[in-house]
Amino acid sequence: MADKIKVATVSLAGCFGCHMSLLDIDERLLQLADLVAFDRSPITDIKRCTECDIGLIEGGVCNSENVHTLREFRKHCKILVAVGACAINGGLPGYRNYIPLEECLSESYLDGIGVENPQIPSDPELPLLLDKVYPVHEVVKIDYFLPGCPPAADVFWKFLTDVLDGRDPSLPYELIHYD
Amino acid sequence: MKQFIQDLAEKHNNQAKQLLQILREIQSRYHYIPEQAIEQLAGLLAIPRTRIISVVEFYSFLHLAPRGHYELLISDCIADHMQDKRSLTDYLVDKLNVAVGAVREDGAVSLDNTSCTGMCDQGPAGMVNGYALTRLDRSRIDRIADLINRREPLAAWPADLFYVDDNIVRPGLLLKQPIMQGAALRSAFKRGLKETLAEIDQSGLRGRGGAGFKTAMKWAFCAGEAQSERYVVCNADEGEPGTFKDRVLLNSFAHQVFEGMTLCAVIIGARQGFLYLRGEYLHLYDQLQDILDQRRQAGLLGINILREGLDFDIDIHLGAGAYICGEESALIESLEGKAGIPRNRPPYPVTQGYLGQPTVVNNVETFFAASAIAVNGADWFAKAGTEKSQGTKILSISGDCARPGIYEYAFGTTVQTLLNECGARNVLGVQIGGPSGTFISSQEFDRKLAFEDLATGGSVIIFNESRDIFDIVHNFTHFFAHESCGFCTPCRVGTSLLKKQVNKIYEGHGSAGDVAALEEMGRLIKGYSHCGLGQTAANPVLTTLERYPELYQNKLKKISYEPGFDLDGALDIARRLAQRDDAAAHLSQVGDHD
Amino acid sequence: MTKSITIDGKIIPFEDGQTIIEAATAAGVYIPHLCHHPEFTPHGSCKLCTVTVNGRACSACTFPAMDDQEILNDTKELNDDRRRITQMLFVEGNHLCPGCEKSGNCQLQAVGYYLNMLDNHFLHFFQPRELDASHPDILVDLNRCIFCTLCVRASHRDGKDVFAISGRGINKRLIFNAESGLLKDTALDVNDQAAHICPTGAILVKRTGFTVPIGERQFDHKDISEISLEQEQGDHGR
Repeated sequence: MADKIKVATVSLAGCFGCHMSLLDIDERLLQLADLVAFDRSPITDIKRCTECDIGLIEGGVCNSENVHTLREFRKHCKILVAVGACAINGGLPGYRNYIPLEECLSESYLDGIGVENPQIPSDPELPLLLDKVYPVHEVVKIDYFLPGCPPAADVFWKFLTDVLDGRDPSLPYELIHYD
Repeated sequence: MKQFIQDLAEKHNNQAKQLLQILREIQSRYHYIPEQAIEQLAGLLAIPRTRIISVVEFYSFLHLAPRGHYELLISDCIADHMQDKRSLTDYLVDKLNVAVGAVREDGAVSLDNTSCTGMCDQGPAGMVNGYALTRLDRSRIDRIADLINRREPLAAWPADLFYVDDNIVRPGLLLKQPIMQGAALRSAFKRGLKETLAEIDQSGLRGRGGAGFKTAMKWAFCAGEAQSERYVVCNADEGEPGTFKDRVLLNSFAHQVFEGMTLCAVIIGARQGFLYLRGEYLHLYDQLQDILDQRRQAGLLGINILREGLDFDIDIHLGAGAYICGEESALIESLEGKAGIPRNRPPYPVTQGYLGQPTVVNNVETFFAASAIAVNGADWFAKAGTEKSQGTKILSISGDCARPGIYEYAFGTTVQTLLNECGARNVLGVQIGGPSGTFISSQEFDRKLAFEDLATGGSVIIFNESRDIFDIVHNFTHFFAHESCGFCTPCRVGTSLLKKQVNKIYEGHGSAGDVAALEEMGRLIKGYSHCGLGQTAANPVLTTLERYPELYQNKLKKISYEPGFDLDGALDIARRLAQRDDAAAHLSQVGDHD
Repeated sequence: MTKSITIDGKIIPFEDGQTIIEAATAAGVYIPHLCHHPEFTPHGSCKLCTVTVNGRACSACTFPAMDDQEILNDTKELNDDRRRITQMLFVEGNHLCPGCEKSGNCQLQAVGYYLNMLDNHFLHFFQPRELDASHPDILVDLNRCIFCTLCVRASHRDGKDVFAISGRGINKRLIFNAESGLLKDTALDVNDQAAHICPTGAILVKRTGFTVPIGERQFDHKDISEISLEQEQGDHGR
């Protein structure tokens, strides 16, 4: 099984919907398990990336921890892939990009309805929010993009099998969706 | 206000095509365009209010929100920067207690940057309520601040603050022999109008705005159109940074320019002409109107010119701060009182121009030269210059030289010759034709000014070895992003993307792929834009990248990728609100793994 | 003898007065476009329909067809550049497809699909833009406006001039013809063509959302080249 390719996955500012869609390849999962070994991923619960062939990034970059995680993936993955609308353009979390961060935080922690003990969290353990939710390609170099919200299971399958078979990944018309 | 607006609209015959002129007068009186004026004008001119708003928001000198009683603008041209513009602006901000882009709390004064005001030979320059201020320095700024703080009416300000020099350093064929008033028209009537057009054809005169279309051919095309109404338009929207020769021609040779327009009119059969004067040259407006009056009294303009039975008159229209209006079809849109958005071509203005009628649009210098040719003949003109570029070219020279000003040379003159004559030392390179032209390096000073080599509308900006190429590219790229009309995607979005990309490299955040990205953006904007502005907007990047690839490479970090924005800066707000400054509350711009 | 042009080697007949895109559409050749609509005066601003005519770049929607034109349209170089231009539109506005009712019926998105556009490539502007929900029947979300001016042209033809483009350069914006500036105070009616002509999700008719589920919409399985030709061949022929 020395030929298995190693894949790491992560969800930054995403909803894990893209991960769910990956699992949606159904019985092909068994086939995939023969070809692919998962490294850091919510699927394995491995917490740190080792050297990998492919890194799949779900979600945009909304805080400092996302930046560190994304950099870890970039460092360890030969091919880094932005997966889904949020990774590609910020997606639904990106709706906050049109509201000043001050307003977002004060609504949530200071003067929103039902807020008790109003204060903005300042524990150094917590990652700080970036002013906006950024697409991953604006923070590190990205090699490939799989659009969709989420990308269909077939998109993952097509991409991974293309890479496994040594082809340049490509998506036919039916597999390209932004929604 | 109601009465003022009503009188104003009446003065302009309630015509929508006068909208820009009307709005200029409202801005000048109220220092903005009040909502009430918009409603009233929409009714009086019978146009949707949205059209008025779109015109106000298009032109830099018109505003929907109040500006100061004294509207101060500082020229942001690279030539002004080279004359210490930045520190003078800081001084001004300090003296007047107003930020750039803001109105002071008491409403007395507003301050902002503006694109090149055409005073590069006597900068740093500025404008107050539309009138040019020259040779700004600390003592002048002290005086200006004092005048403003005393609320001294503009009319009472000392004249020396507004004094504009011609700075004609090297007159040539045309500037040495200005024609007598009426001489060109008399020659033309004597020789015959057809024969005079043939004479201009033979002279080889080509458009002096830079594009170089044969003048006689343009006139002949227009004359050949079937419609009965035709128009002559003189393009005095001299907005290319570094150009100011039309300012001088209109200040000291306006008769000859108007005579050239009249000559064109009698040849093509036009009864109405327009001088489209850039708003920055408001200081010339009254004296130009006087000259038109003199010409009417002398029988050179108006009804029955020189008793030859031909009628022609000229109106002056003022621009309001939009570089794009130098493009001929945008200029025509602006003359019609609209936003200056270039039209689709074909049809060209010679077939469908002003109000859809055949229109000749020529540069100030073209009309100026045409009238001299009518007097002195084709050979007199054509014997100067080269085979493909006959005659002389009037240049505006500024930047690092001892004698900035106006120089007239025969086409074919080398760059080295003019550098020697204007007293330029240790020259790094020269921007020929303004930001939309070409940056040439010291290796190329044997190149010639000619349509077949270095075509130019006349702007020559000299940079010595103490200058940084990136300051120049940065300034020019910002200029185009500011002046893009926004009509087409590649220019509207592309010039702003190019600005971001240049900023990234300029600020030292460029990485390996960024120059390639810059080049690709430049190619897209150049190849796909709707008009000349977009097609040349990437020239500062592309022409310097071609000549100094190593400078660009040296500016890049030796890493494969760097974010396109300031990562740590993006945490500022959260840091402030969480009152944190620990190590985990910061991000490095580049990861340690890259 | 009929006059003809050549597009990608194919001989296409044309009549005097036709633009390149009109001749192409009539002959069943698709040229990507967004601001062009057969019923309205050509505008020529989106630049997606750029083709090379005898080596020179021209907008097919405004440039007249003329004898001896050798035109390149469906080439890799042109389509690569058209993808970049589409990406410019995507980063300029705020096009968050998963949250947009027009998704699947959106021409901007469909052109992206057609051009195999997988990402937005450039830096996003993330400019805050307004949303006007004041009108009882129509919603305008300026985040999705691409300045094609189709609503402006349609409303002008209706004699209402409800819409106009204001501003300059990257600061352009769609404005409404009412003293309040609000859509509800304009003369716009839900039956106006202007309310239905938007190629993106910038102008939406209220209470019609999601009648067709995502995944079963116009461009979900059929590409814009086919749909556009089907719809426009009739229009051009009129």
